[in-house]
Amino acid sequence: MTFLQFVEGPFFYVAAAIFVAAALWRMVGIIRIGKKPDLAPAKGSATAGWFKGNLRHFFPRHLFAERTWMHILGGYGFHLGLFALLLFAAPHIAFVDRFTGLSWPALPRWGFIIAAQISFAGLIVLWVRRFCDPVMRLISDWDDHVGSWLTFLVMLTGCLALQQSHDALRATHMLFVDVWLIYFPFSRLMHAFTFFLSRGATGANYGRKGMNP
Amino acid sequence: MSNIAIKTLLDQTDSDIASYLEACVHCGECAEACHFYEATQDPKYTPTYKLQPLVKAYKRHKAPLRGIKKLFGLVPDEVTDEELREWEPLIYDSCTMCGRCTLVCPMGIDIAGTIRKVREGYAAAEIIPEGLTSARGYVEKTGSPMGVTPKALLAQIKRQEKETGIEIPVDVVGADYLALLSSMEIMGYPEIIGAYAKLFRQAGLSWTLSTKAYEATNIGVQIGSAPLAKSLVQKVVDEAEALGVKHVISPECGHAYGALRWAGPNLVGKQFSFEVVHIIELLDRLRTEGRIPPGAKDGRKLTLHDPCQIIRRGGLLQEPRRLMDDACANFVEMDGAGIANLCCGGGGGVSANPRAEDLKTKAFAAKLKQITDIGDVDAVVVPCANCRGVFEDGMFEYDSEIDVIGLGELIADTLKDDAPAAKE
Repeated sequence: MTFLQFVEGPFFYVAAAIFVAAALWRMVGIIRIGKKPDLAPAKGSATAGWFKGNLRHFFPRHLFAERTWMHILGGYGFHLGLFALLLFAAPHIAFVDRFTGLSWPALPRWGFIIAAQISFAGLIVLWVRRFCDPVMRLISDWDDHVGSWLTFLVMLTGCLALQQSHDALRATHMLFVDVWLIYFPFSRLMHAFTFFLSRGATGANYGRKGMNP
Repeated sequence: MSNIAIKTLLDQTDSDIASYLEACVHCGECAEACHFYEATQDPKYTPTYKLQPLVKAYKRHKAPLRGIKKLFGLVPDEVTDEELREWEPLIYDSCTMCGRCTLVCPMGIDIAGTIRKVREGYAAAEIIPEGLTSARGYVEKTGSPMGVTPKALLAQIKRQEKETGIEIPVDVVGADYLALLSSMEIMGYPEIIGAYAKLFRQAGLSWTLSTKAYEATNIGVQIGSAPLAKSLVQKVVDEAEALGVKHVISPECGHAYGALRWAGPNLVGKQFSFEVVHIIELLDRLRTEGRIPPGAKDGRKLTLHDPCQIIRRGGLLQEPRRLMDDACANFVEMDGAGIANLCCGGGGGVSANPRAEDLKTKAFAAKLKQITDIGDVDAVVVPCANCRGVFEDGMFEYDSEIDVIGLGELIADTLKDDAPAAKE
C-alpha cells in the first residue's frame, strides 16, 4: 500500500468516522443538557424566532457594518470561497463519485482559481486580525490559531495538488484533510454546526417576546 | 468559595448557554457593540472575554468530549478564587446586560443572558460589589433597594393627591390593576404617581397601589441571586393574589419588567393568575381603545431613549413610538433607534455600584452623542426611572441642558383636557 493509498483509504475512513462520531457526540451532548420549560406566557412564536434568529444573523446590521466591515468581508470571502472549493472543485467531485457514484458539474479552472484566491484572502485577513487587533489578540487562544493553520494547509496543499500529476502532493493534501477531519469535532471549527444551535436559542427566546434581534 | 461558584455556574449552564459557549469563534465583533469598549477602547471590555470564568468551568466540567480532551491535557485549569475576583469588575461594573452585543454577534450569542447566569455563580460565592451588597441590605430590611418604607410611599401619595386633586387608591381589594413603582420613581420622580392618577381616572380604570407590594425593583436579578429575586417576585404575587387583581402594572423601569414579566413565573415556578403588563403597553392599549385621547401635542423637539430591558430584551418596540407620535409635534429618532439603541450605561445594577461610576459616565458619553448628533434636541423621553437617573447625572457631568422626562408624565401632560372619563 502506498502512502497515497493509505491516506485516501484506511486513514481517511478512520478520520471520517472520528469526524462523524465525535461531531454527533458533541452536538447531542449540548442538546442533552436540556433546559427548563419557560413558564412566562409567550407573546410570539419561539419556533418562528428560532428560524428567524438563524437567518437574521447572516446579515450584518448597517449600524455595525461600517465598524466590522473587515471581518464581514474576510468571513464571507473565506467561507463562500471554501464552500465553492469543497463542493465544486473537480477533484472533490471525482472523489465523492468514487465512493458514492454521485456526480455534479464542477467549477471551471478559472472559477476554481478565483474561489481559491478569495478564500485564501479571507482566511489570511481573519488570521492576521488575530494578532494585529488588540481585542482579537486578547481573546484568541491556541485553538483559533491551530484551526486557521490547519485549514490554510488543507487549502494550500489542495491547490498544489490540483493537477493531480504528483502523488506526493495529492497524498500531502489528503494527509492534512485527514488530520483536519480528526481535529475538527474537538475544536472551535465545530462552529460550522453549533452556530445554528446558538442562533436558534437566542432567536427562540426573543421570538417568545415578540422580538427578533 | 470558588467551589460554590463553579457548582452554581455549572448548574446554570443549560443547553442554551452551552450552545453559546460552544459557538463563539472569538471574532471580537461583540466589542464593537459594547458601550464600555467603545468608551474606553480597552480590549478587556470585550463582552465574550467577560465570560471567561464560565467558559473555563464549562470546558473542564461539562462540555461534551471533555474526557478525551483531558487525556491530551487540553482542558483548562480549575477556576481559582483569584480569577473569580479578578473578573468580578468585568462581570458587575462593565456589563449592563443590555444585549446589544447579541445583535452584532454572527453566532447570535446572548452574552447578556449568559452574564446574568455568571452573576448567579458570583452571588452564590458572595463575590458582589459593595454597592449592590448595601442595596441588598436595604431590600432585606424594607423590600426596597433605596430603603423606601410604606410610610414614605404614603407621604408621596398624599403629596400627589394634593398636587392633582385626585384621590389615589391604596390597598383596594378587588381592583383590576395593581400598579407597582420603582424606588427611584417614588423618591426621585413622584409626579409619575400623579400621572397615573390622571391617566387612569380618564381611562376609567379600576386600579390600586399597595403598601405591601409597591416595589418593582428586583435587586436579586441585578446581583444574580435567584433566591432573592424569587422572594421579591413572590411578594408581588402574594399581594396580587390577596387583592384579587387581574393585572399587575410594571412601571417605567427596565429590569423590573424583565424580572416580573419574563423571569417571574420561572422564578416562582408557576404561571401567574394575573397578567403582567408594562405601563407603556397599558397606555398604548388605552390609547388604542380611545380611553386616553391625546390633546395638544408637546411642541418641543423630543427624542426617545430605548431602555434595553423594555425594548431590545423586553419586546416593546412600537408601543412607545405610537405614544410619542401622539404626544409630540416634533419627535425625532436617534441613529440606531429601536432595538440597536445604545444603553445609558447604568443598567444591570451598574448605577447602584459606586465603583463603576467613572466607567458609567464614560459610557454615557456615547449615549449623549447619539442624542446631540440629532441636533437641537430640547428633551429626551426616558421610559425607565433608572436610565433617567443615569441620564440626569450624565447630563450634569457633561454640562448638557437637554431635559430628561418620563413617558408616563408626557402622556398625562398631553391628555385631551375636556374628554369625558371613559368607562371600563
